[in-house]
Amino acid sequence: MSSSLESLYQEVIMDHSRTPHNHGLREGGSAESHQLNPTCGDEVTLRIHSQGDTITSLSWEGHGCAISQASASLLSDVIVDLDRAAVQERIDAFRELMRSKGTLEGDEELLGDAVVLGGVSRYIARVKCAMLAWVALEDAMAKTSAA
Amino acid sequence: MTVPDASTLSDGPLTLAEVERLRADFPILGETVNGHPLSYLDSGATAQRPTHVLEAEHDYLTRRNSAVHRGAHTLAAEATEVFENARARVAAFVGVRENEIVWTSNATEGINLVAYAFSNASLGRGAPASSRFALGEGDEIVTTEMEHHANLIPWQELAARTGATLRVIPIDDDGQLQMAAAEEIIGSRTRVLAFTHVSNVTGVINPVERLVALAHAVGALVVLDACQSAPHRPLDLGALGVDFAVFSGHKMLGPTGVGVLYGRAELLDAMPPFLTGGSMITTVTLEKAEYLPAPQRFEAGTQRVSQAIALGAAVDYLSEVGMQRIHDWEAALGQRLVSGLSAIPGITVLGPPPGVERAGLASFVVEGVHAHDVGQYLDDLGIAVRVGHHCAQPLHRRFGVTASTRASAYLYNTPAEVDAFLEGVREVTAFFGVVPTLYPQSSERTSL
Repeated sequence: MSSSLESLYQEVIMDHSRTPHNHGLREGGSAESHQLNPTCGDEVTLRIHSQGDTITSLSWEGHGCAISQASASLLSDVIVDLDRAAVQERIDAFRELMRSKGTLEGDEELLGDAVVLGGVSRYIARVKCAMLAWVALEDAMAKTSAA
Repeated sequence: MTVPDASTLSDGPLTLAEVERLRADFPILGETVNGHPLSYLDSGATAQRPTHVLEAEHDYLTRRNSAVHRGAHTLAAEATEVFENARARVAAFVGVRENEIVWTSNATEGINLVAYAFSNASLGRGAPASSRFALGEGDEIVTTEMEHHANLIPWQELAARTGATLRVIPIDDDGQLQMAAAEEIIGSRTRVLAFTHVSNVTGVINPVERLVALAHAVGALVVLDACQSAPHRPLDLGALGVDFAVFSGHKMLGPTGVGVLYGRAELLDAMPPFLTGGSMITTVTLEKAEYLPAPQRFEAGTQRVSQAIALGAAVDYLSEVGMQRIHDWEAALGQRLVSGLSAIPGITVLGPPPGVERAGLASFVVEGVHAHDVGQYLDDLGIAVRVGHHCAQPLHRRFGVTASTRASAYLYNTPAEVDAFLEGVREVTAFFGVVPTLYPQSSERTSL
């Protein structure tokens, strides 16, 4: 196994894919989004739980590759008691990291443990896997603002 | 420009020494991927091309390139001749006449051509000759649960446009067509039976003769998806008695952008066109047009000339090696794949068990590891496989999975490549740690 493969499947990622956090949709959400990657069948359904303007937590379920499921789990650790602007800032930072083709380290202040997914950006075919849950969060937020 | 040197080929089964010599004809097989020599086990998606085919296309483009079936200059005449000569060679390769071969962009377009021609006939276009293709309420189109999306969706759409009903023959747990169900479903209402010769996911080979007999007994037309058979086994469409068949150039050592529709001459000549425009007409007024006979009736617009010529070169290459020998070599690789995979704990192979006839491919699921991750690990070893649903979602759903990993072989693959692939799969199970339930399913779905 090469070092690049090790950087893709870091231990943190493997742990999250085996034991995902906030897995299982909880009742009482304010919005939900289901995202599907048709090329591989990866699926994530993500629910926003909020109080006023604050997104207090996320819950989600899904199935798919280690990257897509770990990313959803890592995302759910990042989004705790944040206002909408702060959430959007983190989504934008993650998207920038995913588009960086390995040139960015990722801002740990903003993204926490999710920076370990930075290695994915070198594998263009896998960026969609990592983005799936984040796109679901963005879509769910759009639904709450539209409502 | 050379086909494999006949003096280097033996009469008996393909040998490893011969295959090693053939590999030298495929420049890409010498590539290095992620620090490893490329092991290309994705020919079921697209095959690699020998120098002979690349040179045929290059030779045409550098010496004869010109518009076919128009123009009176020397190049135009020569281009037309080599273009039509390629058609004749492809026709001979599958045991039919050259006026029964229509060039398409790919097999998908071929099936759509048939479906839309039937659709146009259902609207009365081309009547009375075309009325035998007209469909309406009460008519049934039959396909199978194992089809590629290209042999399912065009029929869903045709049924929706005409009011006909689409019926599907189920498969069993080993991926084999349930023939008892086929006998029940194919009946007096059946107008079209569309099925694949060989499944690109399970490797199952369907009993074409039996299905053709069932369809013809009730007057139904048979459309055969030969994408996985034309490249890999001797194929005599005339002897099989199918009414239509499609296959793709790029899966049989040829270029992308060219495919073939075979139709029995009397059917093609009675069918209304699908795409219309230049090159397919006799007389055109501002009000209406008269159409050429097949195959030109179905070849509107400028054709994919260099690709067709290269496909002619590809069938020359395959014929020179010998389709029976290619089939036997790949069948052995297919058994090596399925036996090896079946012996690895945590691996489930989709399709027939070891020892049962299958094509030279195997799709499998690693318990607890998604196909994308399996493919990523193998790619790191220079091994190219396909991951996903392989354009057959209903088939995967039948097996209770959304995706699988597929290794598919061709004449240039070796037992050593299969063994290295199997070793890679064994490492995958260790690397990702095969556990019974990697992704626990949440209990009952709760409401918002």
